[in-house]
Amino acid sequence: MRVVVDHSKCTGLGMCEAEAPDVFEVQEDGSLLLLKEFPDDAERSEVEAAVEGCPTEALRIVED
Amino acid sequence: MPSEKLVVVGGSLAGIRAVEAVRKSGHVGPLALVGAEEHLPYDRPPLSKAYLDSGDNPEAPQFRTEEYLRDELGVDLRLGMRATALDPARKVVHTEDGEIGYHTLVIATGAHARSIPSADGLAGVHTLRTLDDAEAIRAGLDAGARTVIVGAGFIGSEVASAARKRGLPVTVLEALSVPLVRSIGEDMGRACARLHHDHGTDLRCRVKVTSLEGANGHVTGVVLDDGSRVDADLVVIGVGVRPATDWLKGSGVRLHDDGGVLCDATLNTGIEGVYAAGDVVHWPNPLFDDDMRLEHWTNAAEQGALAAKNALNPGEAKPSATVPYFWSDWYDSRIQFVGVPKADEIRVVSEETGDDRFLALYRRGDHIGGAITIDRPTQIMKYRRMIAKRAPWKEALAYAGVPA
Repeated sequence: MRVVVDHSKCTGLGMCEAEAPDVFEVQEDGSLLLLKEFPDDAERSEVEAAVEGCPTEALRIVED
Repeated sequence: MPSEKLVVVGGSLAGIRAVEAVRKSGHVGPLALVGAEEHLPYDRPPLSKAYLDSGDNPEAPQFRTEEYLRDELGVDLRLGMRATALDPARKVVHTEDGEIGYHTLVIATGAHARSIPSADGLAGVHTLRTLDDAEAIRAGLDAGARTVIVGAGFIGSEVASAARKRGLPVTVLEALSVPLVRSIGEDMGRACARLHHDHGTDLRCRVKVTSLEGANGHVTGVVLDDGSRVDADLVVIGVGVRPATDWLKGSGVRLHDDGGVLCDATLNTGIEGVYAAGDVVHWPNPLFDDDMRLEHWTNAAEQGALAAKNALNPGEAKPSATVPYFWSDWYDSRIQFVGVPKADEIRVVSEETGDDRFLALYRRGDHIGGAITIDRPTQIMKYRRMIAKRAPWKEALAYAGVPA
Protein backbone atom coordinates (compact mmCIF):
# COMPACT_ATOMS: atom_id res chain seq x y z
CA MET A 1 0.00 0.00 0.00
CA ARG A 2 1.20 3.47 -0.87
CA VAL A 3 -0.03 6.72 0.72
CA VAL A 4 -0.53 9.75 -1.50
CA VAL A 5 -0.90 13.29 -0.13
CA ASP A 6 -2.58 15.99 -2.17
CA HIS A 7 -0.61 18.96 -0.84
CA SER A 8 -2.95 21.38 -2.62
CA LYS A 9 -5.75 20.19 -0.34
CA CYS A 10 -3.82 19.55 2.88
CA THR A 11 -3.84 22.42 5.38
CA GLY A 12 -1.98 20.58 8.14
CA LEU A 13 -4.89 19.99 10.53
CA GLY A 14 -3.14 16.89 11.85
CA MET A 15 -5.95 14.34 12.13
CA CYS A 16 -3.77 11.91 10.16
CA GLU A 17 -0.95 12.34 12.65
CA ALA A 18 -3.41 11.67 15.49
CA GLU A 19 -4.50 8.42 13.83
CA ALA A 20 -1.15 7.21 12.46
CA PRO A 21 1.77 9.04 14.09
CA ASP A 22 4.39 6.72 12.58
CA VAL A 23 3.21 7.58 9.07
CA PHE A 24 2.33 11.29 9.17
CA GLU A 25 3.75 14.33 10.91
CA VAL A 26 2.70 17.96 10.54
CA GLN A 27 5.77 20.19 10.43
CA GLU A 28 6.44 23.48 12.19
CA ASP A 29 5.34 25.40 9.07
CA GLY A 30 2.07 23.45 8.84
CA SER A 31 3.10 21.29 5.90
CA LEU A 32 2.61 17.52 6.11
CA LEU A 33 5.60 15.20 6.09
CA LEU A 34 4.99 11.62 5.01
CA LEU A 35 7.23 9.60 7.33
CA LYS A 36 6.43 6.37 5.46
CA GLU A 37 5.24 6.39 1.88
CA PHE A 38 4.81 2.61 2.04
CA PRO A 39 3.34 1.73 5.45
CA ASP A 40 3.34 -1.89 6.65
CA ASP A 41 0.17 -3.93 6.32
CA ALA A 42 0.03 -3.96 10.11
CA GLU A 43 -0.58 -0.21 9.95
CA ARG A 44 -3.43 -0.47 7.47
CA SER A 45 -6.29 0.24 9.86
CA GLU A 46 -4.52 3.31 11.26
CA VAL A 47 -3.80 4.65 7.80
CA GLU A 48 -7.38 4.02 6.70
CA ALA A 49 -8.58 5.92 9.75
CA ALA A 50 -6.23 8.76 8.80
CA VAL A 51 -7.62 8.87 5.26
CA GLU A 52 -11.19 8.81 6.56
CA GLY A 53 -10.48 11.37 9.27
CA CYS A 54 -8.88 13.97 7.01
CA PRO A 55 -11.12 17.08 7.07
CA THR A 56 -9.89 18.21 3.65
CA GLU A 57 -9.87 14.76 1.98
CA ALA A 58 -6.24 15.24 1.06
CA LEU A 59 -5.14 11.62 1.56
CA ARG A 60 -5.65 8.42 -0.36
CA ILE A 61 -4.28 4.90 -0.41
CA VAL A 62 -3.02 3.41 -3.65
CA GLU A 63 -2.72 -0.37 -3.63
CA ASP A 64 0.57 -1.78 -4.92
CA MET B 1 -31.01 -7.62 9.08
CA PRO B 2 -30.20 -7.11 5.40
CA SER B 3 -33.59 -5.67 4.48
CA GLU B 4 -33.85 -3.24 7.38
CA LYS B 5 -34.37 0.34 6.38
CA LEU B 6 -32.04 2.86 7.98
CA VAL B 7 -33.10 6.48 7.87
CA VAL B 8 -30.65 9.30 8.62
CA VAL B 9 -32.26 12.63 9.49
CA GLY B 10 -29.81 15.47 8.87
CA GLY B 11 -27.98 16.10 5.61
CA SER B 12 -24.69 17.49 6.82
CA LEU B 13 -21.36 15.97 7.84
CA ALA B 14 -22.65 13.44 10.39
CA GLY B 15 -25.42 12.41 7.99
CA ILE B 16 -23.13 11.88 5.01
CA ARG B 17 -20.65 9.92 7.15
CA ALA B 18 -23.51 7.79 8.42
CA VAL B 19 -24.70 6.74 4.96
CA GLU B 20 -21.15 6.13 3.75
CA ALA B 21 -20.35 3.98 6.79
CA VAL B 22 -23.54 1.98 6.31
CA ARG B 23 -22.57 0.96 2.79
CA LYS B 24 -18.92 0.42 3.71
CA SER B 25 -19.99 -2.00 6.41
CA GLY B 26 -21.80 -4.06 3.78
CA HIS B 27 -25.41 -3.18 4.55
CA VAL B 28 -27.44 -3.57 1.39
CA GLY B 29 -30.89 -2.64 2.72
CA PRO B 30 -32.79 0.54 2.03
CA LEU B 31 -31.09 3.74 3.15
CA ALA B 32 -32.56 7.25 3.19
CA LEU B 33 -30.99 10.62 3.94
CA VAL B 34 -33.41 13.38 4.92
CA GLY B 35 -32.11 16.97 4.83
CA ALA B 36 -33.90 20.25 5.55
CA GLU B 37 -31.79 22.24 3.08
CA GLU B 38 -32.21 22.02 -0.69
CA HIS B 39 -28.44 21.80 -1.19
CA LEU B 40 -26.54 18.56 -1.48
CA PRO B 41 -24.59 17.88 1.74
CA TYR B 42 -21.68 20.31 2.05
CA ASP B 43 -18.80 21.02 4.39
CA ARG B 44 -19.26 23.90 6.84
CA PRO B 45 -15.75 24.91 8.05
CA PRO B 46 -14.84 26.54 4.70
CA LEU B 47 -17.95 28.78 4.86
CA SER B 48 -16.33 31.10 7.41
CA LYS B 49 -12.87 30.81 5.84
CA ALA B 50 -11.87 30.35 2.17
CA TYR B 51 -15.47 30.73 0.97
CA LEU B 52 -15.43 34.38 2.09
CA ASP B 53 -12.21 35.28 0.25
CA SER B 54 -12.40 37.80 -2.57
CA GLY B 55 -12.28 36.61 -6.17
CA ASP B 56 -14.58 34.65 -8.45
CA ASN B 57 -17.64 33.04 -6.93
CA PRO B 58 -16.32 29.92 -5.20
CA GLU B 59 -17.79 26.48 -5.67
CA ALA B 60 -19.97 25.17 -2.87
CA PRO B 61 -17.85 22.82 -0.72
CA GLN B 62 -20.04 19.82 -1.58
CA PHE B 63 -19.05 16.47 -0.10
CA ARG B 64 -20.33 14.18 -2.87
CA THR B 65 -22.19 14.41 -6.14
CA GLU B 66 -25.85 13.57 -6.36
CA GLU B 67 -25.05 10.74 -8.80
CA TYR B 68 -22.60 9.20 -6.38
CA LEU B 69 -25.05 9.30 -3.50
CA ARG B 70 -28.04 8.03 -5.49
CA ASP B 71 -26.44 5.58 -7.90
CA GLU B 72 -23.29 4.31 -6.20
CA LEU B 73 -24.40 4.36 -2.58
CA GLY B 74 -28.06 3.77 -3.33
CA VAL B 75 -29.24 6.50 -1.00
CA ASP B 76 -32.86 7.63 -1.18
CA LEU B 77 -32.01 11.34 -1.05
CA ARG B 78 -34.76 13.50 0.45
CA LEU B 79 -33.46 17.06 0.33
CA GLY B 80 -35.43 20.18 1.14
CA MET B 81 -37.53 18.06 3.46
CA ARG B 82 -37.61 19.20 7.06
CA ALA B 83 -38.40 16.63 9.75
CA THR B 84 -41.25 17.87 11.93
CA ALA B 85 -41.88 15.03 14.38
CA LEU B 86 -40.83 11.53 15.39
CA ASP B 87 -43.18 8.69 16.32
CA PRO B 88 -41.00 5.87 17.71
CA ALA B 89 -44.02 3.64 18.43
CA ARG B 90 -44.96 3.54 14.74
CA LYS B 91 -41.30 3.97 13.67
CA VAL B 92 -42.13 6.94 11.51
CA VAL B 93 -40.46 10.32 10.87
CA HIS B 94 -42.94 13.04 9.97
CA THR B 95 -41.76 15.68 7.51
CA GLU B 96 -43.24 18.72 5.82
CA ASP B 97 -43.84 16.43 2.83
CA GLY B 98 -45.29 13.34 4.44
CA GLU B 99 -43.95 10.52 6.57
CA ILE B 100 -41.03 8.13 6.20
CA GLY B 101 -40.91 4.75 7.92
CA TYR B 102 -37.73 3.28 9.35
CA HIS B 103 -36.39 0.23 11.15
CA THR B 104 -33.40 2.07 12.56
CA LEU B 105 -32.85 5.80 12.77
CA VAL B 106 -29.89 8.16 13.12
CA ILE B 107 -30.69 11.66 14.36
CA ALA B 108 -28.11 14.07 12.95
CA THR B 109 -29.98 17.35 12.64
CA GLY B 110 -27.10 19.47 13.98
CA ALA B 111 -27.77 22.95 15.28
CA HIS B 112 -29.29 26.31 14.40
CA ALA B 113 -27.36 29.54 14.79
CA ARG B 114 -28.71 31.70 17.61
CA SER B 115 -29.63 35.27 16.82
CA ILE B 116 -30.47 38.42 18.79
CA PRO B 117 -34.00 39.84 19.09
CA SER B 118 -33.33 43.12 17.27
CA ALA B 119 -32.00 41.33 14.18
CA ASP B 120 -35.41 40.56 12.72
CA GLY B 121 -36.44 42.00 9.40
CA LEU B 122 -33.34 44.03 8.45
CA ALA B 123 -31.37 43.23 5.32
CA GLY B 124 -27.61 42.97 5.81
CA VAL B 125 -27.94 41.13 9.14
CA HIS B 126 -26.92 37.48 9.11
CA THR B 127 -25.96 34.50 11.20
CA LEU B 128 -23.51 32.05 9.63
CA ARG B 129 -24.41 28.39 9.58
CA THR B 130 -25.58 27.55 6.08
CA LEU B 131 -24.32 27.95 2.55
CA ASP B 132 -27.05 30.54 1.92
CA ASP B 133 -25.81 32.52 4.95
CA ALA B 134 -22.24 32.40 3.64
CA GLU B 135 -23.31 33.57 0.18
CA ALA B 136 -25.13 36.55 1.66
CA ILE B 137 -22.15 37.51 3.85
CA ARG B 138 -19.80 37.12 0.94
CA ALA B 139 -21.96 39.42 -1.16
CA GLY B 140 -21.82 42.02 1.62
CA LEU B 141 -18.03 41.79 1.76
CA ASP B 142 -17.85 42.02 -2.04
CA ALA B 143 -19.77 45.29 -1.77
CA GLY B 144 -17.12 46.65 0.61
CA ALA B 145 -19.29 46.58 3.71
CA ARG B 146 -18.39 48.24 6.96
CA THR B 147 -18.63 45.04 8.97
CA VAL B 148 -19.75 44.58 12.55
CA ILE B 149 -19.52 41.19 14.23
CA VAL B 150 -21.66 40.47 17.27
CA GLY B 151 -19.85 37.89 19.42
CA ALA B 152 -16.08 37.31 19.49
CA GLY B 153 -16.37 33.53 19.24
CA PHE B 154 -14.78 31.34 16.60
CA ILE B 155 -17.24 31.92 13.76
CA GLY B 156 -17.41 35.69 14.28
CA SER B 157 -13.65 35.96 14.55
CA GLU B 158 -13.17 34.03 11.33
CA VAL B 159 -15.56 36.36 9.52
CA ALA B 160 -13.65 39.34 10.99
CA SER B 161 -10.45 37.79 9.58
CA ALA B 162 -12.02 37.43 6.15
CA ALA B 163 -13.19 41.05 6.16
CA ARG B 164 -9.79 42.37 7.29
CA LYS B 165 -8.09 40.29 4.59
CA ARG B 166 -10.08 42.39 2.11
CA GLY B 167 -9.02 45.57 3.93
CA LEU B 168 -12.53 46.35 5.19
CA PRO B 169 -13.15 48.10 8.52
CA VAL B 170 -14.30 45.59 11.13
CA THR B 171 -15.66 45.99 14.65
CA VAL B 172 -16.16 42.97 16.91
CA LEU B 173 -18.56 43.37 19.83
CA GLU B 174 -18.28 41.03 22.81
CA ALA B 175 -20.48 40.96 25.91
CA LEU B 176 -17.86 39.27 28.12
CA SER B 177 -14.69 40.90 29.45
CA VAL B 178 -12.49 38.52 27.46
CA PRO B 179 -13.46 36.63 24.29
CA LEU B 180 -13.97 32.87 24.64
CA VAL B 181 -13.45 33.00 28.40
CA ARG B 182 -16.10 30.32 28.93
CA SER B 183 -14.85 27.93 26.31
CA ILE B 184 -11.06 28.10 26.73
CA GLY B 185 -10.32 30.31 29.76
CA GLU B 186 -9.13 33.85 30.41
CA ASP B 187 -5.43 33.82 29.47
CA MET B 188 -6.21 31.84 26.34
CA GLY B 189 -9.03 34.19 25.38
CA ARG B 190 -6.69 37.13 25.81
CA ALA B 191 -4.09 35.51 23.54
CA CYS B 192 -6.75 35.08 20.87
CA ALA B 193 -7.97 38.66 21.35
CA ARG B 194 -4.45 39.91 20.63
CA LEU B 195 -4.78 38.52 17.12
CA HIS B 196 -7.67 40.92 16.52
CA HIS B 197 -5.67 43.91 17.78
CA ASP B 198 -2.62 42.91 15.73
CA HIS B 199 -4.69 42.89 12.55
CA GLY B 200 -6.54 46.16 12.90
CA THR B 201 -9.89 44.81 14.08
CA ASP B 202 -11.64 47.03 16.60
CA LEU B 203 -12.50 44.56 19.38
CA ARG B 204 -14.81 46.00 22.05
CA CYS B 205 -15.48 43.87 25.11
CA ARG B 206 -18.10 44.25 27.86
CA VAL B 207 -20.58 45.79 25.44
CA LYS B 208 -24.07 44.69 24.54
CA VAL B 209 -26.13 45.45 21.49
CA THR B 210 -29.18 47.52 22.40
CA SER B 211 -30.65 47.80 18.92
CA LEU B 212 -29.91 47.75 15.23
CA GLU B 213 -30.65 50.80 13.10
CA GLY B 214 -31.73 50.67 9.50
CA ALA B 215 -32.82 52.78 6.56
CA ASN B 216 -35.03 51.53 3.72
CA GLY B 217 -35.02 48.08 5.28
CA HIS B 218 -31.21 47.74 5.31
CA VAL B 219 -29.03 47.87 8.40
CA THR B 220 -27.03 51.08 8.86
CA GLY B 221 -25.67 50.79 12.39
CA VAL B 222 -25.50 49.07 15.73
CA VAL B 223 -26.38 50.86 18.99
CA LEU B 224 -24.59 49.70 22.15
CA ASP B 225 -25.56 49.81 25.81
CA ASP B 226 -22.80 52.35 26.55
CA GLY B 227 -24.67 54.75 24.29
CA SER B 228 -22.22 54.54 21.40
CA ARG B 229 -23.11 53.64 17.83
CA VAL B 230 -21.13 51.80 15.16
CA ASP B 231 -21.84 52.29 11.44
CA ALA B 232 -22.53 49.04 9.67
CA ASP B 233 -23.54 47.79 6.22
CA LEU B 234 -23.10 44.16 7.25
CA VAL B 235 -23.78 42.69 10.68
CA VAL B 236 -22.82 39.09 11.38
CA ILE B 237 -24.18 37.54 14.53
CA GLY B 238 -21.99 34.82 16.01
CA VAL B 239 -23.46 34.10 19.42
CA GLY B 240 -23.50 30.33 19.34
CA VAL B 241 -25.92 27.63 18.32
CA ARG B 242 -28.70 25.52 19.78
CA PRO B 243 -29.33 21.89 18.85
CA ALA B 244 -31.94 21.51 16.12
CA THR B 245 -34.18 19.17 18.08
CA ASP B 246 -37.54 20.97 18.29
CA TRP B 247 -38.96 18.24 16.05
CA LEU B 248 -38.20 15.65 18.75
CA LYS B 249 -40.24 17.29 21.49
CA GLY B 250 -42.91 14.96 22.78
CA SER B 251 -41.44 11.99 20.91
CA GLY B 252 -40.07 10.24 23.97
CA VAL B 253 -36.47 10.98 22.96
CA ARG B 254 -34.97 12.52 26.08
CA LEU B 255 -33.55 16.02 25.66
CA HIS B 256 -31.02 17.93 27.74
CA ASP B 257 -31.88 21.43 28.99
CA ASP B 258 -29.87 22.92 26.12
CA GLY B 259 -31.90 20.93 23.58
CA GLY B 260 -29.30 18.22 22.97
CA VAL B 261 -30.26 14.55 22.73
CA LEU B 262 -29.31 12.44 25.77
CA CYS B 263 -27.51 9.31 24.62
CA ASP B 264 -25.59 6.46 26.18
CA ALA B 265 -21.92 5.85 25.34
CA THR B 266 -22.89 3.98 22.16
CA LEU B 267 -24.98 6.99 20.99
CA ASN B 268 -28.27 5.17 21.58
CA THR B 269 -31.07 7.49 22.67
CA GLY B 270 -32.65 4.97 25.02
CA ILE B 271 -35.17 4.00 22.36
CA GLU B 272 -34.41 0.78 20.54
CA GLY B 273 -32.99 1.41 17.09
CA VAL B 274 -32.79 5.19 17.51
CA TYR B 275 -29.27 6.66 17.62
CA ALA B 276 -27.87 10.18 17.33
CA ALA B 277 -24.67 11.77 16.04
CA GLY B 278 -22.85 15.10 15.90
CA ASP B 279 -23.78 18.48 17.39
CA VAL B 280 -27.05 17.22 18.91
CA VAL B 281 -25.48 14.52 21.08
CA HIS B 282 -24.97 14.60 24.83
CA TRP B 283 -23.12 11.47 25.81
CA PRO B 284 -20.76 10.08 28.44
CA ASN B 285 -17.33 10.10 26.80
CA PRO B 286 -15.46 7.19 28.42
CA LEU B 287 -12.08 8.87 27.85
CA PHE B 288 -13.02 11.67 30.28
CA ASP B 289 -15.62 10.05 32.58
CA ASP B 290 -17.75 13.05 31.76
CA ASP B 291 -20.89 13.96 29.82
CA MET B 292 -20.29 16.27 26.90
CA ARG B 293 -21.82 17.78 23.81
CA LEU B 294 -19.42 18.94 21.11
CA GLU B 295 -19.90 21.21 18.13
CA HIS B 296 -16.78 20.05 16.31
CA TRP B 297 -16.17 18.79 12.78
CA THR B 298 -14.18 15.73 13.87
CA ASN B 299 -16.84 14.69 16.36
CA ALA B 300 -19.63 14.90 13.78
CA ALA B 301 -17.58 12.85 11.30
CA GLU B 302 -16.70 10.14 13.81
CA GLN B 303 -20.10 9.91 15.44
CA GLY B 304 -21.97 9.87 12.14
CA ALA B 305 -20.15 6.71 11.10
CA LEU B 306 -20.31 5.14 14.56
CA ALA B 307 -24.01 5.81 15.16
CA ALA B 308 -24.93 4.17 11.85
CA LYS B 309 -22.76 1.12 12.50
CA ASN B 310 -24.12 0.75 16.04
CA ALA B 311 -27.69 1.12 14.81
CA LEU B 312 -27.24 -1.75 12.36
CA ASN B 313 -25.35 -3.96 14.79
CA PRO B 314 -26.45 -3.08 18.33
CA GLY B 315 -25.12 -6.34 19.73
CA GLU B 316 -21.59 -5.18 18.99
CA ALA B 317 -22.11 -1.46 19.55
CA LYS B 318 -18.94 0.45 20.39
CA PRO B 319 -18.70 3.53 22.60
CA SER B 320 -17.91 6.95 21.23
CA ALA B 321 -14.54 7.53 22.87
CA THR B 322 -12.83 10.57 21.45
CA VAL B 323 -10.44 13.34 22.37
CA PRO B 324 -12.23 16.50 21.25
CA TYR B 325 -10.35 18.55 18.67
CA PHE B 326 -11.21 21.82 17.02
CA TRP B 327 -9.36 24.43 15.06
CA SER B 328 -10.05 27.98 13.99
CA ASP B 329 -8.19 30.15 11.49
CA TRP B 330 -7.83 33.80 12.49
CA TYR B 331 -5.94 36.07 10.09
CA ASP B 332 -2.74 34.15 9.29
CA SER B 333 -2.82 32.16 12.53
CA ARG B 334 -4.30 28.81 13.41
CA ILE B 335 -5.74 28.13 16.86
CA GLN B 336 -5.94 24.44 17.76
CA PHE B 337 -7.51 22.89 20.85
CA VAL B 338 -7.47 19.27 21.96
CA GLY B 339 -9.14 17.68 24.98
CA VAL B 340 -11.54 19.41 27.35
CA PRO B 341 -11.20 22.89 28.85
CA LYS B 342 -12.64 21.95 32.27
CA ALA B 343 -9.47 21.85 34.36
CA ASP B 344 -8.03 21.87 37.87
CA GLU B 345 -5.13 24.00 36.66
CA ILE B 346 -4.06 25.72 33.45
CA ARG B 347 -0.39 26.40 32.73
CA VAL B 348 0.44 29.00 30.09
CA VAL B 349 3.64 27.26 29.07
CA SER B 350 4.68 29.73 26.39
CA GLU B 351 4.83 32.52 29.00
CA GLU B 352 7.18 30.44 31.14
CA THR B 353 9.44 29.51 28.25
CA GLY B 354 9.34 32.95 26.64
CA ASP B 355 8.05 31.57 23.34
CA ASP B 356 5.86 33.97 21.38
CA ARG B 357 3.76 31.15 19.92
CA PHE B 358 1.06 30.41 22.45
CA LEU B 359 0.84 27.08 24.29
CA ALA B 360 -1.25 26.28 27.37
CA LEU B 361 -1.86 22.92 29.04
CA TYR B 362 -4.92 21.92 31.08
CA ARG B 363 -4.54 19.61 34.10
CA ARG B 364 -7.32 17.26 35.11
CA GLY B 365 -6.42 15.48 38.35
CA ASP B 366 -2.96 14.01 37.81
CA HIS B 367 -3.34 13.87 34.04
CA ILE B 368 -3.19 16.17 31.08
CA GLY B 369 -6.77 16.88 29.98
CA GLY B 370 -6.36 19.54 27.32
CA ALA B 371 -3.99 21.69 25.28
CA ILE B 372 -4.31 24.80 23.16
CA THR B 373 -1.79 26.18 20.70
CA ILE B 374 -1.57 29.09 18.34
CA ASP B 375 0.66 28.37 15.32
CA ARG B 376 2.28 25.23 16.70
CA PRO B 377 0.87 22.66 14.29
CA THR B 378 3.63 20.14 14.87
CA GLN B 379 2.95 19.95 18.60
CA ILE B 380 -0.79 19.80 19.03
CA MET B 381 -1.33 16.16 18.03
CA LYS B 382 1.45 15.01 20.34
CA TYR B 383 -0.62 16.42 23.20
CA ARG B 384 -3.76 14.84 21.79
CA ARG B 385 -2.09 11.45 21.98
CA MET B 386 -1.01 12.10 25.54
CA ILE B 387 -4.59 12.99 26.46
CA ALA B 388 -5.90 9.86 24.72
CA LYS B 389 -3.63 7.60 26.78
CA ARG B 390 -4.27 9.66 29.96
CA ALA B 391 -0.62 10.59 30.27
CA PRO B 392 0.54 11.97 33.63
CA TRP B 393 0.61 15.75 33.98
CA LYS B 394 4.35 15.53 34.69
CA GLU B 395 4.96 13.86 31.34
CA ALA B 396 3.15 16.65 29.50
CA LEU B 397 5.10 19.35 31.36
CA ALA B 398 8.37 17.55 30.68
CA TYR B 399 7.56 17.36 26.98
CA ALA B 400 6.71 21.07 27.02
CA GLY B 401 10.05 21.80 28.70
CA VAL B 402 8.77 23.34 31.94
CA PRO B 403 9.28 22.13 35.56
CA ALA B 404 6.52 20.19 37.29
